Amino acid sequence: MTLLLIYIALLATIWALTAWLSTRIRSRDGMAARKTVTFGDESAIRPSRVASVASVAVVFLIWAAFTGSSWTFIHAPADWQMRPIWLPPPENVWFRLLDIAANGYRNFTLWEHLSISIWRVFTGFFFGALIGIPLGFAMGLNSFLRGWFDPIVEFMRPVPPLALIPLVIIWYGIDEKAKIILLFLAALWIMAIAARSGVAGVKLSKVHAAYSLGASKWQLLRHVIMPNALPDIFTGARVAMGVCWGTVVAAELVAAEKGAGFTIMVASRFMQTDIVLMGIILIGVIGYSIDVAMRMLERWLVPWKGRG
Amino acid sequence: MADLKIEAVSMTFSLPNGSTIEALKDISLEIAQGELVSVLGPSGCGKTTLLNILAGFLAPTGGQIRLGKTEVTGPDRARGMVFQQGALFEWMSVAKNVGFGPRMAGRPRAEIDARVEGLLQSVGLQGFGDKAVYELSGGMQQRVALARCLANDPDVILMDEPLGALDALTREKMQGLVLKLWKETGKTIVLITHSVEEALLLGERLIVMAPRPGRIHAEYRLPFAARGVGEDLRMVKRLPEFGERRDEILSMIWEMEEEIMGKAEAPV
Ligand SMILES: Nc1ncnc2c1ncn2[C@@H]1O[C@H](COP(=O)(O)OP(=O)(O)O)[C@@H](O)[C@H]1O
Ligand SMILES: [Mg+2]
Repeated sequence: MTLLLIYIALLATIWALTAWLSTRIRSRDGMAARKTVTFGDESAIRPSRVASVASVAVVFLIWAAFTGSSWTFIHAPADWQMRPIWLPPPENVWFRLLDIAANGYRNFTLWEHLSISIWRVFTGFFFGALIGIPLGFAMGLNSFLRGWFDPIVEFMRPVPPLALIPLVIIWYGIDEKAKIILLFLAALWIMAIAARSGVAGVKLSKVHAAYSLGASKWQLLRHVIMPNALPDIFTGARVAMGVCWGTVVAAELVAAEKGAGFTIMVASRFMQTDIVLMGIILIGVIGYSIDVAMRMLERWLVPWKGRG
Repeated sequence: MADLKIEAVSMTFSLPNGSTIEALKDISLEIAQGELVSVLGPSGCGKTTLLNILAGFLAPTGGQIRLGKTEVTGPDRARGMVFQQGALFEWMSVAKNVGFGPRMAGRPRAEIDARVEGLLQSVGLQGFGDKAVYELSGGMQQRVALARCLANDPDVILMDEPLGALDALTREKMQGLVLKLWKETGKTIVLITHSVEEALLLGERLIVMAPRPGRIHAEYRLPFAARGVGEDLRMVKRLPEFGERRDEILSMIWEMEEEIMGKAEAPV
């Protein structure tokens, strides 16, 4: 409660400070500054860089101040300090990261733990896309197949992949195959639905144009329907990647002998809170990086997205 | 001779709720090779339906279409389409769009390149081949659409309000371009429009359609298209005969719309 109040107080102070500074310094720059109506004009809202940097700084500051960190001069009163077993100071997490990066954890290097998780995600996603995209295309192009697969896809879509973990463990045990299959199932429906809506989204006039230019069915599929569906498929791929990453961590919490999720699960059993925190931060960073990479790939591969 | 024959074509749509719409009723029309026919009519009178049947996208519920001796049963390269907008492939460059037809037909690369180059020249887009279509203005996109259609060397070009989405100035320029291309290539063109002026300027023949059921209401032979070629279209518009015709047709369409409104408002 106190923490929340402190957080809000800091937010308000920095906000007021930047607002005051910006009226003084940047009183005349850019189009946005010339707009008199900005409240309600979404296009005039840009995430303030200053605010983003300050936000991250504030989180670390509070974290450091309440854990007796040697990285800050500001400290909370002694009886408010957290014990390291609940929340270790940031430097502990940082040095633990260096330690594990150098010496590994539980028989595997840090890189092995992280890369196995990433590998699982990519393999599961790959097979999910490999089956899901053609499935979605089939559903978008043929009434019978649409009718046949619709109930399955619509049923599986709202089932969270985590709910499948017990079944997958019963059927396939806890080895590598089981996790890949789980992630495959997580990606499959998302990719099928994305591909289906990509096909459904093709403008009839484009299809008509292609046919009257002499395209065959196969050529229409290859040169019109597939590229037209790419933006939707990419959106689906981003969602699927996010879901897969969340699912792999959860699956490793349940059963694994290495991986990002495994690391924090074992660490928590031994009350190694610094390792748990390190793991959570790494998981967040990797998940975010995957999304950024997908977005860059998207901009490079489908520059026409939203320009039809 | 590849004349286009529309023989007693009817189209009745059945709606899911059991009722039916007579979109076209007993339309007969012969269009000679090389003719430019414009089709005018209030919205909902079946113009698009007729064009879709001509292209082969719809099978009429009665009658048939013949191009030369062959009956139209589906879309093919003999009848090209130019849509109002949004029918270009935005994942392809301008040149790739224009060369689409010949590429699908497996023509040799050099031949395609030469043809694309020539067509970009004719539509006034030389040097734009490598641009993405979404970088072009609406008028330029329609130039690409025209070039893409011509690249296939179709017998007939079907246009469904091709200039409808353009601003007045661009539209005027494009009307000149359509006339120029028509003269250069000698193609048969069926042009749907809801602008009376455009219909008069471009059509050698003008078909006015009426709704419910969609049918041919009146037909004119016009001298303006022939005179408009290579000339300032504004000069043509200033001719006294042009003004007379325009007023005549405008009031005809007025009456039709009044009648539709009257029907819609009449108590049941
Ligand atoms: N696929 C369809 N199903 C049912 N009714 C249709 C269909 N296409 C067109 N119509 C109806 O046929 C009539 C003519 O439509 P259309 O050819 O689009 O007219 P226009 O192009 O002259 O505005 C309209 O009443 C329209 O509602
Ligand atoms: Mg129409």
